[in-house]
Amino acid sequence: MRALGLGVRTAILLTFAVFFIAPVVWLLLAPTKSDEALITSSPFSFGDFDHVALAWKHLDAFSDHVYRRWITNTLYYALSATAITLVVSVPAGYGLALGNFPGRKLVLSATLVVMIMPAAALVLPIFLELNALHLIGSSLSIILPFAFFPFGVYLAYLYYATAIPRDLLDAARVDGCGELQTFLRVALPLAKPVVALVFFFSFVSDWNNFFLPYVMLADSNQYPITVGLSNLLSSTPSFNPSVGGGGQSVNIFKPELALATLLAVVPVAIVFVLSQRALVRGLVGGGVKE
Amino acid sequence: MGATRKRGPQLRGLPFVLPYLPFLILFGIAPMVYALDLAFTDAGGGWVGVDNFTRTYNDFRFMPAMKHVLIYTTVWLGALMVFVVALALLLHGRASRASSTFRFLYYLPGALAGAAAVLVWLFMLDPTVSPASFLLHHVLGADFFAQSIAPGNLPYLFAMMAFWTGAGGWIVVMYGALNTIPPDLEQAARIDGANAIQIALRLKLPLIRKWIAYMLILSFATGTQLFVEPEIVQHASFGLVPDTWSANQLAYQLAFRFADFNGAAAIAVDLLAIGLIGAVVIVMRTGLFRADD
Repeated sequence: MRALGLGVRTAILLTFAVFFIAPVVWLLLAPTKSDEALITSSPFSFGDFDHVALAWKHLDAFSDHVYRRWITNTLYYALSATAITLVVSVPAGYGLALGNFPGRKLVLSATLVVMIMPAAALVLPIFLELNALHLIGSSLSIILPFAFFPFGVYLAYLYYATAIPRDLLDAARVDGCGELQTFLRVALPLAKPVVALVFFFSFVSDWNNFFLPYVMLADSNQYPITVGLSNLLSSTPSFNPSVGGGGQSVNIFKPELALATLLAVVPVAIVFVLSQRALVRGLVGGGVKE
Repeated sequence: MGATRKRGPQLRGLPFVLPYLPFLILFGIAPMVYALDLAFTDAGGGWVGVDNFTRTYNDFRFMPAMKHVLIYTTVWLGALMVFVVALALLLHGRASRASSTFRFLYYLPGALAGAAAVLVWLFMLDPTVSPASFLLHHVLGADFFAQSIAPGNLPYLFAMMAFWTGAGGWIVVMYGALNTIPPDLEQAARIDGANAIQIALRLKLPLIRKWIAYMLILSFATGTQLFVEPEIVQHASFGLVPDTWSANQLAYQLAFRFADFNGAAAIAVDLLAIGLIGAVVIVMRTGLFRADD
């Protein structure tokens, strides 16, 4: 009975493991094969590295190296926005947690409301707003809205409100530190875990955002990789037979598309693998045993 | 209250918050107020009451789009609630090496959120290249890509994509939450003769209720905003999938193709209201803010 239970349990866990991982494995193997071999050979067979090189050659040649530009754009948007987010939201969380100025509750509630609201709901009004400011089509129309990250403020607020003893900060003040010095020398170094957490959430959500740049940008040279991938998909005859000339003119087929998808997630995958533990510890707080 | 500190403690903390305020106002509060204002006015700015709401409601594309989003969100939330909780419970109290490997495997697809996940699943749904072509044939009855993405399948397929990318992160969080349960409690239950299933359902489950509610609220609100998945699939659908498949897509089309920002805002407000009602229902049903938590 016990052995049976264990068997059922393992079977369920393994089935889900296959569901979660098989597509990833397929994606890793796809660029090693030709478009034809993808159909004829076994889905999980390995081709050779020459095909990866060939797929990259085709992908890189697409529309005058635009793929490189998409990756560089995304890095630029996500890193600048995350840098602003960190500089703005960690001090804000600190001020909200330890301050007692009038309007503190109001700022806190507004932050919570906007945080729970899905980002996509505000994209259209933000477009109109930035349109009035003549910012549409500039990289600021992406970076500034990305840089507003209420979840980061909330995380920093929670951390300072619960994990940092007020006495410690008061001691620093008694020792003659000014408000700014107290923050920079005592409060900020203590907040390393929360800085890492805000970086993770902000970077990943900026990297994966599709709707906002889709609305704001018209020039494909400015696209981030998410919108770029959708653009690439529209140019391949594999899923779009209406593309002229059987796609020979663009040379984007399934292996190229798979490679493009794979390279597009490398930075996020790195951040993801590094962050699993910190994520749990930060969110659930303490008590995590491995 | 230390009211005698130098430099007026009434303002303590404010300088740290100041740089954040322009962002909060410009990209949080103003767009929210603006959306509300647009939803109740016409293109000239005149008050029109609920006119935009009735007009978009009567649009022939409105009900199908809402229905799609509703089915998608229901299926996705159901899958999250059942499988995330079940898998976290199954993983908890297992040899920790195996458990952490499983958690990592489940969590990994999260790196492919959004557009990348859609592309991966387009391949998985294409019977000519998919490793699961037998499933496509037997479950969906599909031998061609166009049959896989038949309109009736789409809400379920999108729910599956969302589950694939998001479930692992929540499993990791639930597992972490389960670890905060004191071991003595489990010990006591075992001494009282409870078996593993009883401990999971009667002891562990109620203790992570707060996290389940949290997951459902966030997912419900995000689910109603579905945009990227149908938008990308529409590009690859041979014209089978309309560009107004989801409610958010309809809002996008109204705004950018028909320059009807008021109608678009009305739909955005509809979605927010639905998200809010959903959150309230979930809070009431799960007792998220019950005093004894």
